[in-house]
Amino acid sequence: MSIYFDYQSSKPVDPRVIEAMIPYYRKEFGNPSSLHMEGDEASRIVEECRENIASFIKAEPDEIVFTSGATESNNLALIGFALRNRAKGNHIIISEIEHISIHNIAKYLTKNGFEVSKVPVDQYGRVDIRKLLGRITERTILVSVGYANNEIGTIQPVLQIGELCRKKKIAFHSDAVAAQGLLPLDVGRDRIDLLTLSSNDIYGPKGLGVLYVRKGIRLNPLIIGGGQERGLRSGSENIPGIVGMKRAVEIMEKEMEKEVERLGKYRDRLIGTIPKIILRCHLNGHPKQRLANNAHFRFEGIEGESLLLSLKDKGISVSTGSACSSMTLEPSHTLISLGLLHEEAHGSLEFTLGRFNKEEDVDRLLEVLPGVVERLRELSPLY
Amino acid sequence: MRRIYLDYNATTPLHPGVLEVMLPCYKSIFGNASTIYSFGQEARKAIDDAREALACLIGAEPEEIVFTSGGTEADNFALKGVASALKGKGGHIITSSIEHHAVLFACKYLEKMGKKITYLPVDRYGWLDPSRVKEAITNETVLISIIHANNEIGTIEPIAEIGKIARACGVYFHTDAVQTVGKIPIDVNELGIDLLSLSAHKLYGPKGIGALYIRKGTRIHPLIHGGEQERKRRAGTENVPCIVGLGEASKIAGKEMRQEYSHVKKLRDKLENKIKDNIDYIRFNGHPTERLPNTFNVSFEFIEGESLVLNLDLKGIAASSGSACASGSLEPSHVLSAIGVPPAIAQGSIRFSLGRENKEEDIDYTVENLVEIVGRLREMSPLFPGRKD
Repeated sequence: MSIYFDYQSSKPVDPRVIEAMIPYYRKEFGNPSSLHMEGDEASRIVEECRENIASFIKAEPDEIVFTSGATESNNLALIGFALRNRAKGNHIIISEIEHISIHNIAKYLTKNGFEVSKVPVDQYGRVDIRKLLGRITERTILVSVGYANNEIGTIQPVLQIGELCRKKKIAFHSDAVAAQGLLPLDVGRDRIDLLTLSSNDIYGPKGLGVLYVRKGIRLNPLIIGGGQERGLRSGSENIPGIVGMKRAVEIMEKEMEKEVERLGKYRDRLIGTIPKIILRCHLNGHPKQRLANNAHFRFEGIEGESLLLSLKDKGISVSTGSACSSMTLEPSHTLISLGLLHEEAHGSLEFTLGRFNKEEDVDRLLEVLPGVVERLRELSPLY
Repeated sequence: MRRIYLDYNATTPLHPGVLEVMLPCYKSIFGNASTIYSFGQEARKAIDDAREALACLIGAEPEEIVFTSGGTEADNFALKGVASALKGKGGHIITSSIEHHAVLFACKYLEKMGKKITYLPVDRYGWLDPSRVKEAITNETVLISIIHANNEIGTIEPIAEIGKIARACGVYFHTDAVQTVGKIPIDVNELGIDLLSLSAHKLYGPKGIGALYIRKGTRIHPLIHGGEQERKRRAGTENVPCIVGLGEASKIAGKEMRQEYSHVKKLRDKLENKIKDNIDYIRFNGHPTERLPNTFNVSFEFIEGESLVLNLDLKGIAASSGSACASGSLEPSHVLSAIGVPPAIAQGSIRFSLGRENKEEDIDYTVENLVEIVGRLREMSPLFPGRKD
């Protein structure tokens, strides 16, 4: 029996979501641009889904743009906004612990004549508002800070950042992929102008995402053609995907409160127990301002990678960092930004909980982990 | 009510066999393909298998396939990606006047960014003379992008000849093969193609997935930046179920293409002949022989294509008044204009595109209703010479 503690990198699709999608693969398969009945039904369902998803983040339906996923949404938000608003300025601010996609988009923009500042975070991974303020110049057009960090689970002071940006008349983008389904999102309350969502991260299908674009915010499209999504994103609509995300949102809205409470309990057990039963083990990230599903530790004297593989042998899946970079040997940029040394970062492990975890999974982990760590430490010349 | 779907060029229903292989992916293989434990490795293997199946269908190597979110993204990627990578070499791109909007508007965008674009004219059948391509090439030319077969009229372009010319002149050759992959055999090496766009939902695969074939060694910049997926060419967590679906659709297409070809061609020819025999004042659009086996575009004089589509729809028949991607708009089709159809006649155009699930009876039923509807609509037209008042 395998136990999955890597919900951050990928989530199974909820069976109820799959059920909702199936009719749209064969029975209702039309192209919304067509005039006939099949096309009408397709465009009706797309608009219905748009309304549902908009209300999930307290937005208007015509502020929702469907994309192929969070990475594309981030590209459209940053590149699309930067290119469109170049005349107003060429300076963009991101945080040091953004998702790898934001960092690589920033690199691309830097090569294309934009200047990108990275605002540092404190030892818990929180953006310091005063430091952000200090980096704003007259040429700053956009600030992009993730709602909560995907690796260490730290929740950002989004409202404060939003208010600051609004006051300075700078657009505010937030990648909310890690936070969606765990925190109530409200683009109005948080003064967010552009918000990235992913379907899979709320147990919907992969290959679908959303960019919320506040009315009045102008973007250049990245993908042009048939003019779908009000010209902001061309390409035949991925109807089953859109229907799947809508269903995922419905389930989330109904169950989020309970789920967050349940996962928060598991998380607190992990955070409360592991450093007690394992010596020289420390929590990464914020003790309180933290996603309900995230527990992240560093273990002195061992490699996170070896720990991951040893746990895998015991049937437990965890992660050493962001899945998008786990092929590389570089330590996580997020952990380095917290001030961790390379060996400390390499000795870290991330546990992310999700919908299908049970209390027994937590029991099993707590039972297995101390022995595994001990054995690895015995083998380690460093310890 | 009985529904007859004759709009397969707009989108196709998923093949039941494709759905069958996709469902387990939703249920069990859900790992992120970039992670190193077993959940992820299973996903990785599923992706590799699909990549191989698709590569096999078009005669490519698996590592030459980059999965995208669809044909439109693949077109944008090809055009903008090559234009950016070869910025130092020159800024001239050659394309045709009957491209899909994805290529057409990507070219317009590049034009605004300072590139020079040549839009080559086609003949009255929508056929592009390869010698025109040759004449258009300059020292600055970095890319030739010609649609393999047009989505509205179905004309198949002489891309083997164009590929040869491109190769001889050292210019990259891209083709939008969204309408041909799975319908007619394609071998990227025989055809001299360097980049090829395709979309799964046009070959009975899922929506939301497509691919760009990129010949080994072709210089191209990514369109979507982020993680290191797809050998750093297309960032974003892999859409495993849809990739697997595209792989399965490719396998099925490879196996059944020949049979499918004769099936749809027979029905299409029957439809065409019956319309010719039963309705006057019509004009066929597209090439008489060099044409997709499933596509048939016809203009009915003295009629609005949209009313015809809506009336057919009431009888349970789904057809298109043009390209699905543009039929929301009121402008006449750029493709029909390019082949010289007068605007008044272009207005009365309908595209029938047939597919796997059509049957012989569908054709009889369609023509029967078409004759009735055309007659009725023409009676309302003051311009119709055969009016009975």
